[in-house]
Amino acid sequence: MQTPAPFEYERATSVDGAIASLQRLGPEARIIAGGHSLLPMMKLRLANPEHLIDINDLRELDYIRQDAQEIRIGALTRHAELLESDLLAEHFPLFRDAEQVIADPVVRNRGTIGGSLCQADAAEDLSAVCTAVKASVVIRGPGGERVVSMDEFHVGPYMTAVQADQLLTEIRLTVRPGAGSAHEKVERRAGDWAIAAVSAAVWIDGGTITDAGIALSAVGPTTVHLHRAQELLKGATPSEDLFARAGEIASADCSPAADGRGPIDYKRHLAAVLTRRALRRAVARALHQEA
Amino acid sequence: MNVTITINGQAVSREIEPRLLLVHFIRDTPGLTGTHWGCDTSNCGACVVLMDGKPVKSCTVLAAMAEGHEVRTVESLEHDGRLDPVQQGFHELHALQCGFCTPGMMMTARGLLDENPNPSEEEIRTAISGGICRCTGYKNIVAAIRWAAEHEATTHGAPIAQEA
Repeated sequence: MQTPAPFEYERATSVDGAIASLQRLGPEARIIAGGHSLLPMMKLRLANPEHLIDINDLRELDYIRQDAQEIRIGALTRHAELLESDLLAEHFPLFRDAEQVIADPVVRNRGTIGGSLCQADAAEDLSAVCTAVKASVVIRGPGGERVVSMDEFHVGPYMTAVQADQLLTEIRLTVRPGAGSAHEKVERRAGDWAIAAVSAAVWIDGGTITDAGIALSAVGPTTVHLHRAQELLKGATPSEDLFARAGEIASADCSPAADGRGPIDYKRHLAAVLTRRALRRAVARALHQEA
Repeated sequence: MNVTITINGQAVSREIEPRLLLVHFIRDTPGLTGTHWGCDTSNCGACVVLMDGKPVKSCTVLAAMAEGHEVRTVESLEHDGRLDPVQQGFHELHALQCGFCTPGMMMTARGLLDENPNPSEEEIRTAISGGICRCTGYKNIVAAIRWAAEHEATTHGAPIAQEA
């Protein structure tokens, strides 16, 4: 039987209450939302929090809404809601691409975007998705809120900018014209973690790529943000040759480890192929030419 | 800590350790052993129950997290000796071999049909993709869920077939 080590449990009734509990209980306290990353870690004793603060009652953190040119996603929004959101699918279709292949529908009923991002597992899809679309995240603590980029958010493997007495509350996406995005993943079987996955976003104006975001899952110690490929794409005209060159950069700039999911060469190969595919589809969507 | 969870319409209270998983609360407190405890890692789906109408893997939910929520287990499907169409479909189309995955499959199917009364084969296959049938009897499970969809209105409340 897999059972977590003992801990104390309490339910938060407000965001500020959860933060106050984190402050009071100290660094051995953890927030639990969907629990589908944390509880498995606790069963394996890879995580041993002394206190769990359950935020599932905080409905005020469960929303996907548009405020002017910004889409805001509450941290407690479940994967199932992200999958079903027509608003996200319209502006950032890579969310639906990714959510269709994140775990399985039953797990998606519990797991949350905030939990996925805070777990910061390099193989997790949404960290790459949010990086590619240049999301910012809102972190709230006793001293108030701050907004950070995904690069600032990711500080290392399984480590984020969220401090022990802070809570991730919101993910923000800026809606800009000419956007297209896609997420491509290869896994061993339905619902598994990626062998490799690529999130790509482009913004196109008059046939030219004005901005681009590419991030890779499962091919490095953290989410791999492909800055060099983004620079290549900016100002360029979309073409198969361009996508192939971005793929070569992906293959070179990732740092996969050999494991049960495959050897390093295979993962580098996947990084290149999936980067090409994701860019091809992102551009087709931006140009409304998706087959 | 003391928790009260509504399971199949009955409030069940017990003093528990916070680390107790919902699957064990269900099996050990009201003794509803229809919910199976399988892989313990949220992969196999044998422990699926409905929480507020949605399928969840009860090995990856703390009992404490289920307090105040409505849990439905496989034992709730049959009413007054009448099978749920999902159960009837599994019976009609031989959708189980060893039976270990069956309660999770049936509760996943119940959750699907409550949201989507007329699912396609593809939608059914997606819905049950979080369940593993180690007998690999997926074809009949999918057919049974289709059968249930087709008989949802007419068969709900069919009497349990009596042994001759």
